Amino acid sequence: MSAARTYLLHLAVIAALFVVQFALPAYHYGNVTRIMLYAVFAIGYNILLGYTGLLSFGHALFFAAGAYGAGLTVHWWDFGPIAALGAGLCAALLVSLVTGAIVYRTTGVAFLIVTLMLAQAAFLSTLYFNAITLGDQGIVLSLPPVELLGASLRLADPAVKYNTALIAFALALLLSLWLLRSPFGRVLIAIRENEARTRLLGYNTARYRFAALVISGTLSGLSGALYCILFGYVGSSFASLQYSTLPLLWTLLGGSGVTLGPPLGTAITHYLIDISSGLTSSYMIIVGIALVAITLWFPQGLAGWFRRRRAVS
Amino acid sequence: MITGTALLLALLEGSVGAAVLALTALGLSLVFGVMRVINIAHGEFVMLGAVVAWWCSADLLGAHPLLGFLVALAVAPLIVGAIAIAADWLVLRRIDYDPERTIVATMGLLYIIQQGVLMAYGPDARPLDPPIYFRVQFPGFGYSGYKLIVAGLALLLLGVTWLLLARSRIGLYMRATRLDSETAQAFGVPVKRVYAIVFALGAMLAALSGVLIAPIRGAHYLMGADPLLLSFIVVIVGGLGNLRGTLLAAAMIGIGEGAISVLFSPTLSKIIATLLVAAVLVIKPGGLARSAA
Repeated sequence: MSAARTYLLHLAVIAALFVVQFALPAYHYGNVTRIMLYAVFAIGYNILLGYTGLLSFGHALFFAAGAYGAGLTVHWWDFGPIAALGAGLCAALLVSLVTGAIVYRTTGVAFLIVTLMLAQAAFLSTLYFNAITLGDQGIVLSLPPVELLGASLRLADPAVKYNTALIAFALALLLSLWLLRSPFGRVLIAIRENEARTRLLGYNTARYRFAALVISGTLSGLSGALYCILFGYVGSSFASLQYSTLPLLWTLLGGSGVTLGPPLGTAITHYLIDISSGLTSSYMIIVGIALVAITLWFPQGLAGWFRRRRAVS
Repeated sequence: MITGTALLLALLEGSVGAAVLALTALGLSLVFGVMRVINIAHGEFVMLGAVVAWWCSADLLGAHPLLGFLVALAVAPLIVGAIAIAADWLVLRRIDYDPERTIVATMGLLYIIQQGVLMAYGPDARPLDPPIYFRVQFPGFGYSGYKLIVAGLALLLLGVTWLLLARSRIGLYMRATRLDSETAQAFGVPVKRVYAIVFALGAMLAALSGVLIAPIRGAHYLMGADPLLLSFIVVIVGGLGNLRGTLLAAAMIGIGEGAISVLFSPTLSKIIATLLVAAVLVIKPGGLARSAA
């Protein structure tokens, strides 16, 4: 696809999401809001897995950094929504920089285990320092409305939630698309395909991996911070293994090599879990079955599967 | 103030934990060493062992709890071993044991087993009667005799596994496959079957340690997380796939973890342990790659 057509396709998806809000029933309205927020997380995750070829098992760390950065400053220092979002982003950026500096030299399975362990240490820390974080009980926030251009936007208003999520989603999607097509993104893809050869061409691949991790972590943190602010809650579960598994599943299910893959995977996973949680309390079994099914039958994800079918027919 | 009595208790708790941990971690280490598979679902096999132990003792209610325990010791490894063989045959073999894909697949397996147990067994933590009840008197405190027996049994099972690896034909096959699976195959070792057996053996060791700790910690569908984390740490600190290193690391980390848990807090001990793993891998990323080559 040409560059113009690709951008048009992505802009069309964003426009469709904007238009569809006037037709969605209330229940799905809330679902799509959450999906768009989580999709920001998935897009961030994909920059690492899909573009750079690094499998992280600890992205809950960045999501939680954003969420706690926003939640703690509101709870303890009475930050407003905008300041809290800034604090969440700064926290996620800081955690990404530190994590990047720690995992700088690792790739492959070692990278996977180190990120898993760092996220697990962070999760346990949110429990251990429960005097500050309130542990797994979590912090419930009550934020004042945002005064913007003379309008007073109440965060409890579903339309405010929806459109904030949409703006974040649009920004993340276009950023990832632009990144993928920039020279920087090309180097990341080269690293994914063959790191040794890329290094031989004169690129400092470790530095590119570091940059990819920081961008990926900060985007994931943006998702966490917005989730915390819009839904008024942050707790230990945000740092738990589940929040590291989900972005992996979203990305693999949708297709890791494609910009629209992760959002697609997020939407499908969300509705699968939503439907199955109405049937049984063990709804996470869906996640397990999906992970096994992907490794067995859809290694390229659904987007890759569609693409291959089109190529065959 | 840390008294001598508290220190002794901490060391004792740590040693019992270390013996069980060694058993769990040996299973994980064996699977990694021979198959190069990192089994994220390993902790769920421990949990299955504990749940089977609960079932045995609940179904034999009225009989002596010792009978249920002995039945569980025999039945749990069989059931869990069969599940492991099925998982190997249905999933792992089909993705050709590719390192990153097996991790994703065993992650899926983790959720399937855990949520399957939640469905069948329910969300409650259920206590078990200890099969034997007596107290051993130490200076300043009495200690559960069952816990000492657990440590003894774990050491016995470790010895049996060691003999199996060192003396039997299948043990020889396993060691040959671990060193070089292609050459082993060229010499007529049925590598595919060895993989299945090793995966089952690893799961059986986990299930046995689940049966052993069930009377101490009870059975709960989420109890697999701690043994997974700790045995992961042991296997990595001990050098992936290195069995002697695994046992040594289990002793160190088991005692250290137990001691810090008793003296300070279990959460703190786990934070330290996870950071330790990250540190080992960051300082020696090549160590992992070399042993995985």
